[in-house]
Amino acid sequence: MRLGSSRRRHRAARPLSLVLALFLMGALYAALSPATQVAADTGMSAQVAEGKALFQVTCSSCHGLNGEGTTQGPSLVGVGAAAVEFQMATNRMPMAKPGAQAPRKVVQYTAEEINNIARYVHTLGPGPDIPNSSAYDYSALTDEDIAKGGELFRTNCSACHQAAANGGALPNGKYAPALHGVEPLHIYEAMRTGPQQMPVFSAGAIPDEDVAAIIGYLKGIEEQPSSGFSLGGLGPVTEGFAGWVIGIGGLCLIATWIASTGARAK
Amino acid sequence: MTPEHSTSLATTEDDALLHPIPNPGIEHHAERYTDVDAKAADRAYKQVVGIFGLVPLLAIAFVVIYFAVPRHATANLLGVNWHVHTTLLGLTGGLAVLLIGVGAIHWSRQLMNDTEIAEDRHAAASTDEERAGFVDVVNQGIRDAGVSRRKMIVASLGGALGIVAVPAIVTLADIGPYPTAANRRETIEKTVWADGVRVVNDANRLPLKASDIEIGQLVNAEPENLWDLHGKDYMNMKSKTPLVVVRMDPNTIKIPESRKDWHVGGILAYSKICTHVGCPISLWEQQTHHLLCPCHQSTFDLGNSGVVVFGPAARALPQLPLKVDAEGYLVAQSDFTVPVGPSYFERDSRNDYKDGDE
Repeated sequence: MRLGSSRRRHRAARPLSLVLALFLMGALYAALSPATQVAADTGMSAQVAEGKALFQVTCSSCHGLNGEGTTQGPSLVGVGAAAVEFQMATNRMPMAKPGAQAPRKVVQYTAEEINNIARYVHTLGPGPDIPNSSAYDYSALTDEDIAKGGELFRTNCSACHQAAANGGALPNGKYAPALHGVEPLHIYEAMRTGPQQMPVFSAGAIPDEDVAAIIGYLKGIEEQPSSGFSLGGLGPVTEGFAGWVIGIGGLCLIATWIASTGARAK
Repeated sequence: MTPEHSTSLATTEDDALLHPIPNPGIEHHAERYTDVDAKAADRAYKQVVGIFGLVPLLAIAFVVIYFAVPRHATANLLGVNWHVHTTLLGLTGGLAVLLIGVGAIHWSRQLMNDTEIAEDRHAAASTDEERAGFVDVVNQGIRDAGVSRRKMIVASLGGALGIVAVPAIVTLADIGPYPTAANRRETIEKTVWADGVRVVNDANRLPLKASDIEIGQLVNAEPENLWDLHGKDYMNMKSKTPLVVVRMDPNTIKIPESRKDWHVGGILAYSKICTHVGCPISLWEQQTHHLLCPCHQSTFDLGNSGVVVFGPAARALPQLPLKVDAEGYLVAQSDFTVPVGPSYFERDSRNDYKDGDE
């Protein structure tokens, strides 16, 4: 056991053993540490990278180069892919001009571009993801489910979107849009992400099957034929206006005709 | 009546005061084309007959449409969906009735004699003899009844008639409970919210976990024990208990010192019943934190203890103190600290939150 004990006192022993220890540590680390990246992830990374590149061109002037938000637009950290998909697939974003509310427009981006940006924004922080279509599948609803959907709609949605889902006004030029013809996916995403002034309706209070029931109810009232001029379906304002102007105006004209003196011979 | 007769009415001094502008009398009669031209009269005659003649055609069309057109047929015209059956019935039936009126007016305007006449009313008052006779009859009746000699009869009859009103008034007590302070405390000033009562989503009755509620979320909620009640009691209670539960970032809203333990991590609960006239409100802008009443545009700031920022409401929305139970579900700490809903005469409004209170 004395072997080499004299060499340990050699001047080079200390630096040499240090080098040896470092080499051993490095070798151990290389052997035991996890592989750097798995090959399957590269596709997603490419999507995120493309999304980031597109984000920096189209979104960053308002939302900041890393989605941190500026005075012009809110932070996108934690809004989730669902919010991006909703805003861009209805082309509310990018906004054409600043205003009280971003209106729905004709979509300018491909589904792939939107998905890339959504994937990128989803990496910024945890938030609701784009749902599977099974989450809001309303094809197999019973009449009872649709009636429940109607009750949920009237309790939670009709205050702004109006009982017949024709939309309604909010202060300062803002409005709740009409819901006729809106994609079920976008109804689902709007409830889960709360775009603009709309509150969030999370799964804790309204689970997926209830969202599907609400969508089923909305699609049901869409299919119901309206008859005649609906006057926007907005209730007493337009109906009263038409009643007064056309109804009472017409009666005034007839009363004037009855009481007036007609043409005279001389 | 001639014009000369009409103007002669305003000759006396009284009439001059009553009618400072002389009565112009009846307008001079000018003849119409149909009065002077036989051809024009014949044309008008044919027009009136033609208008009336259309009415039977429309009536027959109505009957044919009633049986021939399928009940649920629809058609698209002018970008609008029409129910063919009811639309055509309305058009034919309505037009038929309208043409009867139009024909009658056209007839009277063109063909009937249009010379105006004035017919004076007869005097409204009876003659002096008739009036005197009536007074005699009344006096005779009073004498015959002996009222002047036996005065108690009239007094007792008056008393008898008067007292009959008392039973009628007493039965009004059935209208509702007496609005005494003790009664009010047990009825309109009390709800089933109490310590430990779970907050559940309205309609699907899911209990709400505080951790599931996100910032910007709104829940229309009710007390879990609301559905223990039935019928009238349930409806009465449901008009007082509804909540809007919202979650806001507690660092961006004003929470007064006295209410700092009424919320759970920014989850606040307010009465859903507007303090103006009691409409249910859940029109909430999540970015401004404003809650709007659709009835009269009262606006409450839920980020500032529900104070009124616009509209006719006079009082802040009552806030319900919240906490979480052992399983993490939202529960109430107590009932509302002030009565919910619209004002009433006896309501004590000194305990309501006012902007700036600590």
